[in-house]
Formats: sequence, C-alpha cells, structure tokens
Amino acid sequence: MEQVTNLPNKKLEETSLAEELRSPAKKLIRIEQRGRIYTLLSAWILIITLFSLLFFITSKGIMPFIHGEITLQNFFSTHWGPTSAEPGGPFFGSINFILGSLMVTLLSALISAPLGIGAAIFMTEISPKFGRKILQPAIEILVGIPSVVYGFIGLTLIVPFIRNTTGSIGFSLLAGVIVLSVMILPTIVSMSVDTIQSIPQSLREGSYALGATRWQTISRLLVRTSLPGLMTGVILGMARAFGEALAVQMVIGNSPNLPFQLMKPISTLTSVITLNMGNTVQGTPYNSVLWSMALILLLMTLFFILLIRLMTQRGKQG
Amino acid sequence: MNAKLTDRIATICFYLIAFLILSVLAILIGFILYQGLHVIDWTFITQPPGSILTGGGGVAPQLFNSFYLLVLTMLITIPIGLGGGIYMAEYAKPGKWTQMIRLSIEVLSSLPSIVVGLFGLLLFVQLTGWGFSLLSGALALSVFNLPLMVRVVEQAISAVPKEQTEASLALGVTHWQTIMKVILPAALPGIITGFILASGRVFGEAAALLFTAGMTSPVLDFTNWDPSSPTSPLNPLRPASTLAVHIWKINSESIVSDASKIAAGSSALLIIGVLIFNLSARFLGQWFYKKLTSTR
Repeated sequence: MEQVTNLPNKKLEETSLAEELRSPAKKLIRIEQRGRIYTLLSAWILIITLFSLLFFITSKGIMPFIHGEITLQNFFSTHWGPTSAEPGGPFFGSINFILGSLMVTLLSALISAPLGIGAAIFMTEISPKFGRKILQPAIEILVGIPSVVYGFIGLTLIVPFIRNTTGSIGFSLLAGVIVLSVMILPTIVSMSVDTIQSIPQSLREGSYALGATRWQTISRLLVRTSLPGLMTGVILGMARAFGEALAVQMVIGNSPNLPFQLMKPISTLTSVITLNMGNTVQGTPYNSVLWSMALILLLMTLFFILLIRLMTQRGKQG
Repeated sequence: MNAKLTDRIATICFYLIAFLILSVLAILIGFILYQGLHVIDWTFITQPPGSILTGGGGVAPQLFNSFYLLVLTMLITIPIGLGGGIYMAEYAKPGKWTQMIRLSIEVLSSLPSIVVGLFGLLLFVQLTGWGFSLLSGALALSVFNLPLMVRVVEQAISAVPKEQTEASLALGVTHWQTIMKVILPAALPGIITGFILASGRVFGEAAALLFTAGMTSPVLDFTNWDPSSPTSPLNPLRPASTLAVHIWKINSESIVSDASKIAAGSSALLIIGVLIFNLSARFLGQWFYKKLTSTR
C-alpha cells in the first residue's frame, strides 16, 4: 500500500529532477540557436545588399532606354553633347568614355604587370628577407594611401612635369596612366606573392638540381606554373583601375576626346559620372545617361570577376 | 656562360624594380609631407575653413567628420562583419548557398567605390529621404567595408588551431560557447589588426561619399552636443564633407585662393592618419600576439 501511495510522489520528484537537469541544456540550446540566427542574418545582409545594389543600378541604368529618352544608337556613338541645341541633339554618345576607361586600364596594367610581378619574384626568390622587412611594408603603405591623395600628387607633381617636358597642357591620358599604375601595383604584387609562394619548394630544387640558373628557374618554371594566379592579380588590378574615380578625374583633363593620343586630355566613365552627377537635375536625360554609364561600370566589374573565376578554375585544373 | 650572364642581368633588373618601387613610395610620402607639413599648425586643425574670398582657415569640421563617420561606419559594420565572418568560418557548409555568399563577398569587395556611392545616393539619400547626411554616408561606406570585415574575421578564425576548438567541444561546451569563449579570443589579434587596416581605408575614402554624405559641411557649434540639433557636430542627419572629399572638392572647383595649400595640408593629415592606422595595426597585432602566446 505504501508503495502505491508513494508512486505518484516519486514520479513527480523524478520529473522535476529531470526538468532541473535539462533546463541549463535548454538555455544553452536557446543561446546556440540565437547565435546561429545572428550569424545567418549577417550573411543574409551581404547577399541582400549585393542584390539590391544590382537591382537598383540596373533598373536605373536601363530606364532611359526603356522610356525612349535616349536611343541605344545615340548612346553608343562618339558624339557627346548633352546640352547641345543642334538638330538631332542632345547627343549622349558615350563610346569615347568607355574607350577612355578601357585605355587607361590597359595601359596602366601594361606598366604595372611587369613591375608588380617582378617585385613579387624579388620578394619570394631573390631576397626574401629584404622583401619581407622592407618591400612588404612599403607595398602595404601604398595600398593605404587614399585615392584623392594620389590624385593630388598627380595634379601637383605629374601634370606640371608632363606640361614642362612636352609643352602640352599636362592633363592627359598619360598622367592618368601613371597615377593608376602606381595605384594598382600593390594589388598585383600581393596576389603574385601569394601565388609564387604556394609553388612547392621541391619544384625549385628539382630545377636547380638540373643545373638551371635562377633566372631560368624563374622564367621557365615559376612564371609558367603560376601564370593563372599572376593573371588573376593583373585582372584584379585592372578591375581596380577601371573603377577608380577621383584620382583619374583629377589628372585626366575631362575632355570628351577619343583616347588614342597619350598627351591629350580625355574622359573616362568614372570621371564623367563624378563631375556631372551633382550638377544635373534628377530625371533629365543628361542625368539618366550617367546612370547608364554607372551600369556599364558595374557590368565591366562583373565581367572582370567572371574572368578571375575562369582563371582560378583553369589554375585548379592545370 | 651565356646563361650565367642572363641570370646576372635578370637579377640586376629585379633589384632595379624593387628599388624603383621603394623610391616611388619615398617620393610620394616625402612630397606630401614636404608640401603639407608646414601648412599644418594649430589653427589649421582647430579652425573651420575661411570664406571663399579671404581663404585661410583650417579643416576642423572635415577632420571631425572623417573620424565621426569612421565611428558610425564601424558601429554598423563590426557586428555584421563579426556575424558574417563567424558564419563563414564556423557554420557554412560547402554547397550552393555558401558559394553564393562567397560570390557576394567577392563582388561587393571589387565594386568600384563610385558605384557604391551611387547606390547609396539612390537608396539612402533619395528613397529614405534623409538627404545628404552622415548616416547615408556611413551606410554607403558600410556597403564597401563589410565584405572586407567578413574576410578579416573569417581568416582570423580559420587561423585558430583546430585542436583548441576540439578540446573545448570535447569538454561538452556547446558550439556557440566555444566560438565566444575559445575561438574569438584566440582570433582577436588578427581581427583587431584587420579592423584597424579597414579603418584606414574608410578614413581615406571619398568617391563613395561625394553623393551620400555630401560635399559641404554646415557651420558647426562644437559646444552643442545634442544630436538632434542641426548645428551639433553629432547630428547624424546633417551633411558632412570629410577630409578626403574636401581635398577633391577644393581641387576640382579651385575657387578658394589658397586651394593648393589647403589640399596639401589636408593630404598630409590624411597620410599621417593612414600611417598611424597602419603602424598601430602592426604594433597592436604583434603586442596581442605576444601577450596571448607568451612568446618573447
């Protein structure tokens, strides 16, 4: 009889004990879930930000063509006269700016790629100690210099120098190329260093054991093995050059010329946008065309990223 | 013989490249400091810009704005950056979804800052109706700073030895507690170094701010600390030009008579700021590392 009366009591005791034992675990599980949700939300914010950016810039950029404010033919022409009152105007030809952006990008990459890869080889193969102690911090400082400061130096040092040596006005494609090649150098160097360092030491030893000189090892083995990585660095640098706005705008002269003469002032997509976005009225075709140029900038960036992805995939296969 | 000669010539070329890069850096820094240091004095740092006619004055509001904007941006990006980084390093499983986040980080971090600025103009300035404001500027800067912060946190966490995590989990500590009490403290030096370097980048950024925080600064009353007052320096809804934007503006408009002087002084201030960020990141990183690993 006693047992029977005790039974419910015991059961109650058991459940409360189990409850007690379980409660900290429950609390921990709750904290665990909260942490998971917080980090997941943070990751979501990244994706949402990117997609809303793509959506907003794209819709704003294709608007003038959909509304018929500007025809594609007008946009992809070389005649720029957004306030022109001539018959057939205003003219929104942006080819000169697109070519201008491409031109400064290509030329600065041409200068910067050999220098950057050379510096990376110096840091990894020739003098690692000097490279790590002095060149590496120097490159890090170059990364840190703000782009307006590059622009200011270009404006007060490079432009007058070009003016005095060539007799042109100084503001030119050349000035833009010089400024940009310094700016994208760190990107190329650090990517190249990473790639070359990741080559197994045994490959180098094999080459030296065969009697190859250091230069032969570098040129025939290291550069070829790391080519995809080196190209990735150069393309990253080009992406940076293509999107750079203020430094370029300050030295390039901002005339809507075709960018085929080094000494002539030209314009790029970024320089036109920076200069005119604040001075044009929202909703006018002049303002809308700037958003279309921004869309082209965005598409070019996506194109560069696609190239880099292809490169890294090839690197993995090869 | 021929191969040896080529080798020697190549070596000389590599030395020349290294020397060239170092001298470019030396010229840049030397030129900025030479031009700017003698402009910087107490008035330059503590006075607002003079009128267009007289010139003179300083860059006090711009200097303040640069730091204030940096603080606001960090307030937004540090929690999200930490969360995102922890997610990528600890929770993300290989698959489509993780690849998607990685792609987002990659695209966001290589977007031109002017495009980020234009996005900010559309979303934060026009759609929300805040106008050119510190808040819009800070949000735009966050867009371009966030991917960097996530990467910093993820890399710092990945560098923590797996054994530490495993030991903690083996003791029955939950995953989240392990992250908070074991992994994060161990990753802290890397995270702090990365955050300071990111701060340097934010400090000098201009293109993303032109059309979000604006290019003007209202008259500020530095004795008024009520954030809702329009003349208060703390008001997050007032327009604000930073040092970097100021340099661009006076150079591109060049109405002010002593534009080049002010630009030189401001550039020197910016460079000094960035150098301080850079050095303190190195120093703090090493200090923390020594403290935590007790190496001498």
